Amino acid sequence: MFELKDAYSVQLNQEGQLKHFITVEGLSRTLLTEILDTADSFVGMGAQQVKKVPLLRGKTVANLFFEASTRTLSTFELAAKRLSADVLNLNISTSSTSKGETLKDTLQTLEAMQTDMFVVRHSDSGAAHFIAEQVTPNVAVINAGDGRHAHPTQAMLDMLTIRRHKGQFAPLIVAIVGDILHSRVARSQIHALLTLGAAEVRVIAPTTLLPKHIEMLGVRVFTDMNQGLKDVDVVIMLRLQKERMQSALLPSESEFYHLYGLTNEKLKHAKPDAVVMHPGPINRGVEIESAVADGPRSLILDQVTNGIAVRMAVMSMAMSGQTSEKNNLVEA
Amino acid sequence: MLLIKNGRLIDPKYQLDKVCDLYIDNGKVISIGKVPSGDIAPTKTIDATGLVVTPGLIDINTHLREPGQTQKATIASESASAVASGITTMVCPPTTSPVVDSPAVAELILDRAEATGLANILPVGALTQGLKSEQLAPMHALSRSGCVAFSNGREQISNSLVLLRCLEYAATHDFLVIFHPQDKDLAGKGCMHDDITCTRLGLTGIPETAETVEVSRCLLLVEQTGVRAHFGQLSSEHSTRMVIEARKRGLNVTADVAIHHLLLTDENLNGFNSLFHVIPPLRSQLDRAGLLHALVTDGIQAICSDHQPHDPAAKQAPFAATEPGISGLETLLPLGLMLVEQQLLSLSQLIEKLTSSPAEILNINRGALGIGDIADICIFDPKLIWELTPENCVSAGKNTPVMGIPLKGKVTHTLIKGNLVYQAL
Repeated sequence: MFELKDAYSVQLNQEGQLKHFITVEGLSRTLLTEILDTADSFVGMGAQQVKKVPLLRGKTVANLFFEASTRTLSTFELAAKRLSADVLNLNISTSSTSKGETLKDTLQTLEAMQTDMFVVRHSDSGAAHFIAEQVTPNVAVINAGDGRHAHPTQAMLDMLTIRRHKGQFAPLIVAIVGDILHSRVARSQIHALLTLGAAEVRVIAPTTLLPKHIEMLGVRVFTDMNQGLKDVDVVIMLRLQKERMQSALLPSESEFYHLYGLTNEKLKHAKPDAVVMHPGPINRGVEIESAVADGPRSLILDQVTNGIAVRMAVMSMAMSGQTSEKNNLVEA
Repeated sequence: MLLIKNGRLIDPKYQLDKVCDLYIDNGKVISIGKVPSGDIAPTKTIDATGLVVTPGLIDINTHLREPGQTQKATIASESASAVASGITTMVCPPTTSPVVDSPAVAELILDRAEATGLANILPVGALTQGLKSEQLAPMHALSRSGCVAFSNGREQISNSLVLLRCLEYAATHDFLVIFHPQDKDLAGKGCMHDDITCTRLGLTGIPETAETVEVSRCLLLVEQTGVRAHFGQLSSEHSTRMVIEARKRGLNVTADVAIHHLLLTDENLNGFNSLFHVIPPLRSQLDRAGLLHALVTDGIQAICSDHQPHDPAAKQAPFAATEPGISGLETLLPLGLMLVEQQLLSLSQLIEKLTSSPAEILNINRGALGIGDIADICIFDPKLIWELTPENCVSAGKNTPVMGIPLKGKVTHTLIKGNLVYQAL
């Protein structure tokens, strides 16, 4: 009687193409591979003399950041500019707005400016989904991180980084370490890795930092770092926020580092050719040792470069999905 | 004299379920199944052939929003909604603004109800002043002003000594205390049941223990004080077991469940639909099954709407930023009938949970249609299929996920003290 909906159908058009990019969950392996292939074709562009393609020429992209961010915002801005779009950056601190009414009002104002795409970061889970349901047809929404729910472009740039270093996903054991509970990155990575066919995805954290029944997503749960790292091919470290100590989730940074901080010593349990990733910004000496972060197995800087390419890929794909939907509507 | 002719009269208090005529005069039932003695002809007749006639429904938890939030709803708007739903009595929690912690506020609500002239409204008084969990509210004065029970709403009285004093004082005067159990620290800023759906959506969870820890603490203090206590809107199977065990130990405790907890689960939140945002949260399939089981085995005595009308803006935001609550008066009976249709409950059990049982909990002279009883009556067509739409929804709050879903069973007439206050077109 009460139809069960899924959280992700809103992002596909009738032909199954991306028209928004809200979450990795529910997308097919074919579609994720298409994102990676498209991104791959953009990777070398930064090194070229002319760093632009005209895929979004004449389009206006609004970066709507309700949560402070410099890195993600600047890579989205750069990605939009390399696609020849006009870019509007709005840093809207949530403290100065009073919840949802304002979000809806802001959207209406921006829509009146004939914006073609919103890139949204918001501290509430489901915010990008809400915006995608609210916007007028043919406006694309790209999720740049919503609460603890999803950070799909980060996950896809991580997938691109893994694929460029390891080739195949099928044989890989990937461990995600740290504050899984609060991490939208971890959730999106888990969906992406499992959809792309990774052999095994592990999460490693103390129980206070694990969300309820995370194993039901299809991951193996470890509370011991050394056991969890055994034979892994990829180690993904997550950022630990200072607030976690105040909310009684952990005793201290040093105890966390002792148990879960990635050091060269602990990394010995992983495969000899294991690579290390981190979505940034890094807390050196809290979740990762400097020698590892700056070491030969670290892919942290590659992740940043690949971030621009992945964002270009999803922006151009979503815009194309919107255009094709619009054309179909006109024909019908 | 009014005659309700040829309807199927279901009156659980008197274990009556038969097709018969019902005669009403001076606001009371004067005869059932036979022409009353004396030489008086009915001045009005309602033909109830094919319809079900029951005592007027009693909704044990209805948020009316007045005073304080009249942009959402008013006593007048929600009374109209109630009578269109066969609900003749609404019990409203003290969580208005100002809260019902002084006789003046209770009297204001009753005055508005009387001016509206539709459903009966029974206010619940605050247990503590301002619901601040510090000083006792003037319970005795509130009782004299018409409050039928006392509650601190969903504001937990976390100081156990203050809670003990509240219960002792209520027990002194044999007042009923209503708990809406939720441990505020365990619930935190949560907005849904803490389980795999919550993990996937990345929302903040409310664990089952947020309810059970508080139920357990309340039960121990109820046992110590001997107060009459009622648990409103239980959401977890575990809590119902605790209440049932307490009853077996001889404690004078009862419980109700909101109708949506009997039909929906946390999985309905996939897609972040804020219309499913309720507190206590929709829980797992197991919890839903447990609540149904408790209902059938009389561990839970009443079903309520937990009606919470909202203005549209309250639901138009990212999920966690929306206000919880479902506008539920108009779907209380049809959703209940859905449980009957699914054979989870018999029709007379459903009517009992909506009439005589809540009346007994509240110790009020309503919810039955024996000779001499007040003629608050609900008449419904059990076969009529309809849909609730924003246009035909009487309540000022259109916030319900039941909108547009085929419903079976619709109220045709509602009477209060023998007066027809609603008739379907």
